Amino acid sequence: MAEHQHAHVEHPDMYDPESSKIGMWLFIFTELLLFGGLFIVYSVYRYLNPDAFHLAAEELNTFIGAFNTVILLVSSMTIAMSTTALQKGHKKVAIALVVITFIIGIGFLVNKYFEWGIKFSHGIWPGSEQMLNEMSQGEILFFGLYFVMTGLHALHIIVGLIIMVFAIKGVSNGKVNAKRPSLLDNCGLYWHLVDLIWIFLFPLFYLIH
Amino acid sequence: MHTTNAVNGANYLTYQGKYKGLLGWILSTDHKRIGLLYLYSIAAMFTTGVLLGLAMKFELLAPGKTIMEAQTYNATFTVHGVIMIFMVVVPGLPAVFGNLMMPIMIGAKDVAFPKLNLLSWWLYVAGVFLVLSALLFGSGTPDTGWTFYAPYSFKSGTNLLPAIFGAFVLGFSSILTGLNFLVTIHRLRCPGMKWTKLPLFIWTLYGTAWIQLLATPVIGITLVLVALERVFGIGIFDPALGGDPVLYQHLFWIYSHPAVYIMILPAMGAISEIIPTFSQKHIFGYKAIIVSTMAIAFVGYLVWGHHMFTAGMSGTAQYYFSLLTFIVAIPSAIKVFNWISTMYKGSINIQTPFYWAVSFIFVFMVGGLSGLVLGALATDIYVHDTAFVVAHFHYIVFGGTGFAFFAAMHYWFPKIFGRMYDKAWANVGWLIFTIGFLALYSPMFYLGMMGMPRRYYDYLEEFHGGNILSTIGSWVLVTGFIIIVVNLIRSARKGEPAEMNPWHSKTLEWTVTSPPPVLNFEKEPVLGEKDGPYNYD
Repeated sequence: MAEHQHAHVEHPDMYDPESSKIGMWLFIFTELLLFGGLFIVYSVYRYLNPDAFHLAAEELNTFIGAFNTVILLVSSMTIAMSTTALQKGHKKVAIALVVITFIIGIGFLVNKYFEWGIKFSHGIWPGSEQMLNEMSQGEILFFGLYFVMTGLHALHIIVGLIIMVFAIKGVSNGKVNAKRPSLLDNCGLYWHLVDLIWIFLFPLFYLIH
Repeated sequence: MHTTNAVNGANYLTYQGKYKGLLGWILSTDHKRIGLLYLYSIAAMFTTGVLLGLAMKFELLAPGKTIMEAQTYNATFTVHGVIMIFMVVVPGLPAVFGNLMMPIMIGAKDVAFPKLNLLSWWLYVAGVFLVLSALLFGSGTPDTGWTFYAPYSFKSGTNLLPAIFGAFVLGFSSILTGLNFLVTIHRLRCPGMKWTKLPLFIWTLYGTAWIQLLATPVIGITLVLVALERVFGIGIFDPALGGDPVLYQHLFWIYSHPAVYIMILPAMGAISEIIPTFSQKHIFGYKAIIVSTMAIAFVGYLVWGHHMFTAGMSGTAQYYFSLLTFIVAIPSAIKVFNWISTMYKGSINIQTPFYWAVSFIFVFMVGGLSGLVLGALATDIYVHDTAFVVAHFHYIVFGGTGFAFFAAMHYWFPKIFGRMYDKAWANVGWLIFTIGFLALYSPMFYLGMMGMPRRYYDYLEEFHGGNILSTIGSWVLVTGFIIIVVNLIRSARKGEPAEMNPWHSKTLEWTVTSPPPVLNFEKEPVLGEKDGPYNYD
């Protein structure tokens, strides 16, 4: 008992939803700048190699890209709905909606797996012999950027899924509730960020010709 | 409320929390304990960096081989740079004195996210171990210089990956510290602590935190790209595959130039606390100092190109970067004028922190003025990549941040440890250190002007005299450093008990006992209309 109170004193309960929200937004800024560096690199090389980027972009499967865009947008909606459900006190609905978002996120990764798998089976991966021997420098750059940027985005999807696991756990054991919603709120914000970055990646790689 | 009373009796150093012994420290979420953890780890890294620097200076004592081979020399200056930049001066003042003092100075119990704060320290330690593992294992110590310039950074056969990954992790630690401080300063100021009553050290931490947050991710992604280039050959920086190594330099300096201001802003903040305290006078131009702090933070983003005047840039870009570089000098000069004006007609109490602060102003001015030589296009072409550059940035980075760090250390020491150091030895240490510093780096201005390149292992006979003076300076500096450190360590254990407010300062940290209690304040402080950090009568 005394031990517990001591621990409590050293680490006072400083829960403040406003602080958590500001903290998450600041973190989102850093993530945007992380990708911002890559967007700069992309725009520089696209400017220098317009034709090669055009040719290489035609190799990408617009259907899978568009499908992934749609399901990510839906998942952003479901996680937003789960935040609202928690505010209204519908715990079970909130959990169900995060689980749906989680499943959609997995779906995105499965699509990505097939998409990358097809590229690999055609001998296209960074440093592959086919790329080095048959492709122009611009095309090499395009695929280099394609794998780096979509790969880093996929990594963020995985991080988002891990946060969701914690959010589901928190909501189901009651530590995350209508009065202390920060974990779920921030999970939602992060997922919107992941969605937003994809919204930029999709036209840059799949649509612009 | 039995427990509260028991806690009030204990200070943060002796307090027994949930864990005992060492675990009570490395698992503590108390901002003051985390500050001390940073202090000890950064001091250890600084000592390592100093020893490497000493070895380098010894090698340069005479032309030709003195104590090491050329490849060892390359590895030595690389590791010296990586340690000193990423592990010492970038986290230095914010992580140590920001953590130790910032929440108390704004009247808060702790930072906004105490657990995240502890995580930042753990990430720092992880980054340190990753970088050091590059030394001990694999195919040789990194030899690219701390800038990891492409294409050498992905062509070099040495063990660069752990070093790059370590720098990435250290960057992440820096981002989280900045994020934590920003939220703390926004949300946890005590009643009455308006933005216009914030101590200036807090203002500089605020500016620094924004830079940490907005610049560090760019170096993060750049290091990731270099690592991917090394492992997979993605082509982005490899000219053989169509990439551009100069693009690497742009991305690198987009972070690393603002990082200079991460190093120097909190240093200026500490000086802005010390000068009014030892002049017993209201700081001159409080608002001008805030504006100049934010101006430096902002303009600092726009000047990275001055590192690449000779790397191939359009003339227009060169003028632009040169002009903006000159503009940064204005807010820096405003600060210097404000410090001097604060001393004018003050009741000056000459103590060790004041000596450090005044010598800070001197070396910072020499460093800043030599910076103008490098910011001007014509003279930069002449002294680019010579020892002149080395002298300039050591005056700023070591002279600026280092002197301010020692100033802050001697200023807040009685508060941190509740004991007073031996003032006479502290002054002797300062004097020897300063003489050594001037002897070590001043000859490099001359050597650079005469054409001695930086980073070279060997040199012509005509540069011998300057190098001898510089090497002897390094020995003097280290002697002073040893005196300072021994004095501080000894005093932290056995010094005279310190008063609550030995310097008669007006900021909040001096209103609590020395060392501070666990939760900083027995009851939340409230600032009245007439209270303020510099309101001396």
